[in-house]
Amino acid sequence: MNQRLTSQIVRFSFSFLFCLGLLTPRFSHADSTAVAAAGAPAPAVAAAGGGDAVGGEAVFKANCKQCHAINDVVVGPALKDAHKRWPSKEKMAGFIKYPQKVIDGGNAYAKGLYDKYKQYMPNHDFLTDGDIDNVIAYIVKESENPTVAKEETKVGPSSPEKGSDEGSGLLAPVIAILLVTLSVVIVLLLVVINLVSKILGQKREDLNESDIDQLEGDINWSILFNHPLFKGVVAFVFVVMIGKVVFDKFYSIGIQQGYAPDQPIAFSHKLHAGMYEIDCNYCHTGVNKGKSATIPAANVCMNCHNVIKTESPQIKKIWNAVENNQPIKWVRIHNLPDLAYFNHAQHVKVGGIECEKCHGPIKEMEVVQQHSPLTMGWCINCHRETVVKTEGNAYYDKMVEIHQANHGTKKLKVEDIGGLECSKCHY
Amino acid sequence: MSNNNQTIYWRGYEELTNDLEFVKNADQEFNLPSDEEKSSFSDRRDFLKVLGFGVAAVSLAACEAPVKHAIPFLNKPEEYDPGVANYYASTFFDGGDYASILVKTRDGRPVKVEGNKLSSITNGGTSVKTQASVLGLYDNNRYQNPKKGGANTTWEALDQEVKQGLEAAKLAGQPIYLVSGSNISPSSNAAIASFASAFGSTVKHIQYDAFSSHGLLEASKEVSGNRVLPGYDFSQAKVVVSLGADFLGSWLSSTEYSRQFAKTRRVSPTNKQMSRLFVFESLMSMTGANADYRTNIRPSEKGLVAAALYNEVAKLVGGTPVETSAPSTNRYIKQAAEQLVAHRGAGLVVDGSNDKNVQKLVLQLNHLLGNFGKTISFASPALIKRGSDSDMNQFVDALNAGQAGAVLFMNCNPVYDHPRGGEIKAGISKAGLSLSFAYAPDETAASCKLIAPNHYFLESWGDAEPKKNCYSLVQPAISPIYKTRQAEESLLTWAGQTTSYYEFVKSYWKSNLYPLQKYGYGNFKDFWNYSLHDGVFEVNGANPRTIASAPSAGDSTAVASVAPAPVIISGPEPAMNFDMSGVSAGISTDYKVSNSGFDLVVYEKVGMGTGAQANNPWLQEFPDPVTRACWENYLVIPVALAKTLGLKVTEGKTIKVNLKAGGKSIAVPALVQPGQNSGTVGLAIGYGRTETGKTGKDVGVNAYPLVKFLNGALNFTVNGVSVEANGAEHLVAHVQTHHTVMGRPVIQETTLEKYSKNAADGRFFPKITTVNGEEPASAFSLWFNDEEARMNNKPEELEGTTNERAKGPNKRPNHQWSMVVDLNTCFGCGACVVACQSENNVPVVGKQEVLNRREMHWIRIDRYYSSDMSKEKAKKESVGMLDMYDAMEVASDDPEVVFQPLMCQHCNNAPCETVCPVLATTHSTEGLNQMTYNRCIGTRYCANNCPYKVRRFNWFSYPENKEFDYNVNNNLGKMVLNPDVTVRARGVMEKCSMCVQRIQEGKLYAKKEGRRPVDGEIITACAQACPTEAITFGDLSNKESKLYKLLSEHKDGRAYTLLEEINTRPSVVYLTKIRNKA
Repeated sequence: MNQRLTSQIVRFSFSFLFCLGLLTPRFSHADSTAVAAAGAPAPAVAAAGGGDAVGGEAVFKANCKQCHAINDVVVGPALKDAHKRWPSKEKMAGFIKYPQKVIDGGNAYAKGLYDKYKQYMPNHDFLTDGDIDNVIAYIVKESENPTVAKEETKVGPSSPEKGSDEGSGLLAPVIAILLVTLSVVIVLLLVVINLVSKILGQKREDLNESDIDQLEGDINWSILFNHPLFKGVVAFVFVVMIGKVVFDKFYSIGIQQGYAPDQPIAFSHKLHAGMYEIDCNYCHTGVNKGKSATIPAANVCMNCHNVIKTESPQIKKIWNAVENNQPIKWVRIHNLPDLAYFNHAQHVKVGGIECEKCHGPIKEMEVVQQHSPLTMGWCINCHRETVVKTEGNAYYDKMVEIHQANHGTKKLKVEDIGGLECSKCHY
Repeated sequence: MSNNNQTIYWRGYEELTNDLEFVKNADQEFNLPSDEEKSSFSDRRDFLKVLGFGVAAVSLAACEAPVKHAIPFLNKPEEYDPGVANYYASTFFDGGDYASILVKTRDGRPVKVEGNKLSSITNGGTSVKTQASVLGLYDNNRYQNPKKGGANTTWEALDQEVKQGLEAAKLAGQPIYLVSGSNISPSSNAAIASFASAFGSTVKHIQYDAFSSHGLLEASKEVSGNRVLPGYDFSQAKVVVSLGADFLGSWLSSTEYSRQFAKTRRVSPTNKQMSRLFVFESLMSMTGANADYRTNIRPSEKGLVAAALYNEVAKLVGGTPVETSAPSTNRYIKQAAEQLVAHRGAGLVVDGSNDKNVQKLVLQLNHLLGNFGKTISFASPALIKRGSDSDMNQFVDALNAGQAGAVLFMNCNPVYDHPRGGEIKAGISKAGLSLSFAYAPDETAASCKLIAPNHYFLESWGDAEPKKNCYSLVQPAISPIYKTRQAEESLLTWAGQTTSYYEFVKSYWKSNLYPLQKYGYGNFKDFWNYSLHDGVFEVNGANPRTIASAPSAGDSTAVASVAPAPVIISGPEPAMNFDMSGVSAGISTDYKVSNSGFDLVVYEKVGMGTGAQANNPWLQEFPDPVTRACWENYLVIPVALAKTLGLKVTEGKTIKVNLKAGGKSIAVPALVQPGQNSGTVGLAIGYGRTETGKTGKDVGVNAYPLVKFLNGALNFTVNGVSVEANGAEHLVAHVQTHHTVMGRPVIQETTLEKYSKNAADGRFFPKITTVNGEEPASAFSLWFNDEEARMNNKPEELEGTTNERAKGPNKRPNHQWSMVVDLNTCFGCGACVVACQSENNVPVVGKQEVLNRREMHWIRIDRYYSSDMSKEKAKKESVGMLDMYDAMEVASDDPEVVFQPLMCQHCNNAPCETVCPVLATTHSTEGLNQMTYNRCIGTRYCANNCPYKVRRFNWFSYPENKEFDYNVNNNLGKMVLNPDVTVRARGVMEKCSMCVQRIQEGKLYAKKEGRRPVDGEIITACAQACPTEAITFGDLSNKESKLYKLLSEHKDGRAYTLLEEINTRPSVVYLTKIRNKA
């Protein structure tokens, strides 16, 4: 009798688990996203102050790296010991600001550089004197005392997963209950396996009568199948499964997550942003200014590619576009509906959000794909979780003050400043 | 509830007469479906079919998302970023209406016109026409190529033919006529001179104005020696007398005058002074509507009224009276004269007629009063009208005599807008060469052999000199859309010059204006760049750059936020010669007291103007400020005539009448206008275009052919016309009787005298009687909890000091957007209406839908008439209650008029929000009542629950709908849409959002720079457009804001919210109307 019960429990547990498995992928995915989001590093703190070379590194990465390296010739010369090749720091700074002026002004060394590389470096008059000092300090430091270990700057979750559309509020208790249920089931399973192996390990003659009965007896399946409760459960599970499939399918209409169309030019973010670590800002110039991050104009490509890899068939396509005055027709990947307003500057410049937060591991993408679902639930979820970057921005001072007065040390999240209100995105 | 001291207003003649039809419909915001619409209702089967197809279509469409492309620049210009607006300073000019503007361009296309604060003339103000002008650029009907005889041709072929024609005329010694409207561009005039020099003395440049000021120009010429308009400064006038000059609406530079006049109408506890306006006019104009004292006069007595005023003044100051007979009424003439004399040197008399004699008399009157050099000046003359009716007459005669070798029409359409248009049309074919520079088809171009299409002004280079020593530049905000060429460039090409017109303008400025500058620019390049950036160059003005912090080229907002002190009148007055001989004789012959027949006044509407922009759907749908009717012109008739005709205008239902004037008879719908002189009827120009796009074609009737000549000038009043019923019924699209206010005291007004004694005079304080006595209505609320108190917008309660319930967490931690509307400086011009339409992609719905009460304007300007009887008066004169109510129904001869702009009030206790079943309308923490289109399912509960009737429902999908063939039904017209504002779909509600897109943009600018927004940086489209700054928008939580200061100043006085008794706590606050009358 005891064994009969055990085997029934085993069977029931399997079917229950099976059903659970079918029903829960949504929750488990949501779980993994939550973990991934929590594991993602906080936005990099801007290197303010803290030594010239450190600040210089940031400036170097943002403005120089596209064409220069310390030890290698890229587009322009290697910068190791560059400071020693100039008579004074002022001269060098002057050249960085207005190279063409210096070259045309007849400076012999500058002219030599031009003859060698056959190209003017663009003006860097937008850099402050402090920036340039910092860059020079960085070059000095790298020349004399090069950084050995290259820091890894990988950011973001490593595997793409289906996005979570549910709010996070109810999810945690549900997950906890599921985990408890699962562990109980696993323990039961272990007990049952143990029991079964023990029974199987016994010789037939050692078994008592009831065990033999159990072993030989046929299970009366028809009782189980005809039981109204069983029928009810099966029908219920079936309806729920079908319902879920239909709901998911309908829900995913218009969601283009994972959309990775072929582009007219096989541009690789993996190569440019990943390997060469070109700052996103260098090409996507609008990202700090307005709504659109902007796809770079062909002249931005040409800044480097009029010398680098000019023979590549892909680069030739850009050349052709410029020569024939035919703009390049990129396929738009991220398409928000017209009723939603999104502004890159608000998120990147003001909010200090990393590109990868929404665009995923872009530095590993050979072909860019839509990483996030871009659904309203996804937006709202982030607005609920994200802490507003209020430091150094006088706009938020009053709000922080009021928030602290009312909520103490609780962080000021986007939702606290009206980030969930309709007309922040819909007008 | 008690209603203290209320004048009763009625919304239209229908309400006054308590018409059955009106009463029946008065509380229905949306019209019931017509029978035609009912028959198109679908039954159950149709519904299922549509549902089935719909589901199938959606499933199919969902299978594959359409591929969208993103096309970047090949070579991106440095100053341009996609999605970020650029502003270019330019100039708008149309028939006297001048404005220095900033053109907002997004992604390379102009989407909005805003006022330029750096101009001392308009100072950031705009007019309806200015605001609507951006749509003309995207007129689908524009010429796309040069044309010859209706067929496309090339510029080369056209140039060759024109050159041959001009050479032939030159050889034959026949004059070459270049006909244009008033050309206020010095460079353009130089280009014409250069064209003329190439073809010798045979070139004659004729300028005329459709709404002519020939009389004033001739009078000025005789007085000052120069044929210019006097410059006016209403801001210095304490007493203004207007003799039929609608200086707030359509007379000369009305945007400029409105702004100046508004400065004298701002009353506050610290400034209890106000100008006094007397108006003597025949029709009810916007200026008359704003008058403190208004008298209606018969146009045929106009000269006599002017003379009577002159004689009264002369009697008081000791001048020589002119001898004329007395007018039939002298109501307020004596008071006006006394006031003028009491304020010598601070008064101003203006006259709207085109008669030289009357104008001369008025100039002499101003001289007598010592107003020259103070409120009126020939030292700083206005140059916006230069046309000569006599030149035009000579031209028409010569044209018909076949003397013209060639005739070129530039920026004008005389076949339509000149009384002798028919003769011109006939005469054009007699000229060897006829050419029009029109940018879009018009009546004159249709008669010409060749068409050399001009750029639209937003594609053009140019300049303007609207006033002596005040210059502004016109610069293109978009590259030409079609194969057009600027008219001046065409003239230069034909004159054999190869310079582009841009170079021409630049070199003109270099040689003529650069030497005048006192700004201290070291070289011409700086002078030119900064002038181009600022849009204006004023010889006597301060350099805007010394005021602004940093001169940064390309950044227009930084500089444009600072307004220099305007220099309106400067320099010594030239010697004036008042030779009055012939004036009294002239007036005596031309003006007579008469009681027979009717006089017709041909007038200009504030929106449509002279009809040049008739194909602009925004202007067609713009309701006239006074009549509140749109989509056509009509004969405005006095109440007395309506009685004779037995006409009751109900719900726009009226009859057509036959107007017989000078042998011509036209059938035109009649509209009753209270306050109009009983012997006068009026008809607006600007309608009845026959050769234009679909929108403007055959809308209304053309009034120009009715205009006659008097002393060589166009006379816009025609004596001895007759009006008889035609029998045909007609519907006038009339918006005033919509959106009823249920007779509640929404207009609160007082007089200056009472105001100076009690700042809260005229206010209505709703009280509710309780067991504890009377308590203010605001003490009771459906939302009776502390939330409600925190969400109110009374400054003292925001402090949290007077109201216990106001304490607790602040629900407005960031901003509290709010608006103040000063009823005393709102003159009703409606620039805000079109500005809002342009900013917020408000669709045009057409006449039928307006008749169905489904117009979509987010802001409207309600116009209320008052009657003479009030409860106060009844009490004083001990009139019984029944008699009082009877008397209230009797129209006075001069009803007082109040304009009230009404948009969403953004109630802090919004009734609309509580009834939405899907939470599509909610409140934000910044005090905005948000409307979420994508959530709305169209129950319309919110509109039904809105006490202000400001919500609009999309009954149809207006874009891409051939039933609504206006600008958004074609790809070119859609370019005008603001990319930051959603185009609403069918079945959703919409309403004023307080320009939330502008708020968000302004906040982002501030955040990016890590600072709080500066007051005035974020401003709604209506407030930006307002020429008088009657609308103040700002952040109430910013104690430094103009708005906060204004409200603090008026909180116990003029400030009131609409329907205070229902305690909706609106964010829009009104300031009471104050009249300066005894």
